[in-house]
Amino acid sequence: MRRLYGMMAEFRSPDALLAAARAAGAAGYRDIEAYAPFPVEGLAEAVGFRRNRVPLATLAGAVAGAAGGYFMQWYAAVVSFPINVGGRPLHSWPMFIPVAFELAILCGALAAVVSMLAANGLPRLTHPVFDAPGFGLASRDRFFLCLPLRGRPADDWESRDVAAFLRGLEPAAVCEVPR
Amino acid sequence: MASDVSAPQAYGSVTDRIADIVLARSRAGGPGWRGGWRWRALFLATFAGVLVFFGASAWLFARGVGLWGVNIPVAWGFALGNFVWWIGIGHAGTFISAILLLLRQRWRTSINRFAEAMTLFAAGIAGLFPILHLGRPWFFYWLIPYPNRMELWPQWRSPLVWDIFAISTYLIVSLLFWYVGLIPDLATLRDRARTRGRQLAYGLLALGWRGEARHWARYETAYLLLAGLATPLVVSVHTVVSLDFAIGNTPGYHSTIFPPYFVAGALYSGFAMVLTLAIPLRRYFHLEQYITIRHLALSAKVMLATGAIVAYGYASEIFTAFYGGDEFEIAMTVDRWTGAYAPVYWTLMACNVLIPQCLWWRRVRHCPAALFGVSLVVNLGMWMERFLIVVQSTHRDFLPSSWGIFVPTAWDWTFLLASLALFAWLFLMFIRFLPLISMTEMRELVRETGRTTGS
Repeated sequence: MRRLYGMMAEFRSPDALLAAARAAGAAGYRDIEAYAPFPVEGLAEAVGFRRNRVPLATLAGAVAGAAGGYFMQWYAAVVSFPINVGGRPLHSWPMFIPVAFELAILCGALAAVVSMLAANGLPRLTHPVFDAPGFGLASRDRFFLCLPLRGRPADDWESRDVAAFLRGLEPAAVCEVPR
Repeated sequence: MASDVSAPQAYGSVTDRIADIVLARSRAGGPGWRGGWRWRALFLATFAGVLVFFGASAWLFARGVGLWGVNIPVAWGFALGNFVWWIGIGHAGTFISAILLLLRQRWRTSINRFAEAMTLFAAGIAGLFPILHLGRPWFFYWLIPYPNRMELWPQWRSPLVWDIFAISTYLIVSLLFWYVGLIPDLATLRDRARTRGRQLAYGLLALGWRGEARHWARYETAYLLLAGLATPLVVSVHTVVSLDFAIGNTPGYHSTIFPPYFVAGALYSGFAMVLTLAIPLRRYFHLEQYITIRHLALSAKVMLATGAIVAYGYASEIFTAFYGGDEFEIAMTVDRWTGAYAPVYWTLMACNVLIPQCLWWRRVRHCPAALFGVSLVVNLGMWMERFLIVVQSTHRDFLPSSWGIFVPTAWDWTFLLASLALFAWLFLMFIRFLPLISMTEMRELVRETGRTTGS
């Protein structure tokens, strides 16, 4: 018995995909996935994307970089390896700013990229949607909407129901995505 | 943008046009990579230069920096001049990508990818020179804080330590910025590649990107945040490089104008290098439709603006020397005009201040051949400026007994020219294996132009 990851509809334009995603959301479908070859404004909201943690992670990374960098210099210059240069203060904070700043940028940038990839579940070697016919064009000029079936059999009533709903959205094609 | 890219089928055509340069060059209107003698000749020539660079480095490590013309008082010579010049070139890419992205200058889209690659390669080459010029290069990691049995720490009050943090941060952040921008394009190449090897290579590099809406949302946020972080970083990197000089008390180094003047000079030489690369690229790959005259003219305007700041820097240095009344500063300034390195000074003034003034004329800004010439002149002028700052300032400091002259040896020239070959080779590899224009951003641009024209 063939089990399905989801049912996929193919569209020719970003506006058609956006309208279809909104229609699917309004019809009560959850965990909708929409695939586009470039970011389409409003599409993430249409598929129910709410919380973006990337900015917070970036801020945390930058603050940790700055604080850690400053602490490292303070510890090195005042506690671990104090050098008396003509009685000048050991805690010469203006001279510690450049390194703390660079480390803030470095850690912030790393946090932005790592949190983006981690939240997206990347890198991953494979994914069921890659088996959908024609999905290779999702990185060129085609737009896909995938409604989840969570492993239901292909001849299940719900699978047929979802396929019928997708056909009602007037896509270019509808296909099954095997699990 | 040309008219044929605002139609709905244009998503496919812009993608194919750019991807075909990498995957099927013969389809992209050329003889194919293997068939083109120009490609072969360039590849062989630059690769020979790369071998020379690594061979010369090995010989330098074996024999020591005495190979070069450096000695006391001129201990920095070509190596540091090359370093500052290359890192300066490496500034335009991030400027174009980050600052112009934040300012929503859409024209950046066709030039940002290869400008970022240029940045990465130039900054990487720049990073090699300080290591090459060390007396004991195998101890370069002593600049990095790491747990060691000597219980030593780097000297945090030294700009040279700031430098290694600034340069390595810049390298890593430029790499991240470039790579994150490439991920969706690598996915496109993965999906369009026909041979197993390419599918595997691009597939692994694309990290399994599939273009889901939530992924795009986080991706755009991360990309924008990277741009926001890279913007102050660009300014800070050349500021720190200038502090390497300005914090020393040598006449000709010790100047508060240095940070803004170095940053402006970096953008100046960087945009010159963008033009040096863009003009042959658009011609050779027939990309006139993507890299338009408007792009070249706007880059020329940026050069005009940053060139004016650089000229102000030169004037300010002269004014400060005489207004400050410090006899060593005055002697240094007069020596620039009349001393041993005066020919370099006057050539650099002609290259950086005089000749670029022709960019005020619209006809020059709209003529690729003239722009190419001006960009080469500015590249040359900026290199001479770095040379002058590094060498002329130190060759006559306070005590006449410690004066000396720096004469470059054949090895100095070898390293300069071979680093150019290394840069060119890396760039050739980039255009051979990666899309030199962002396909994702091109598709976005197609959508936006389609919207505004109502088609």
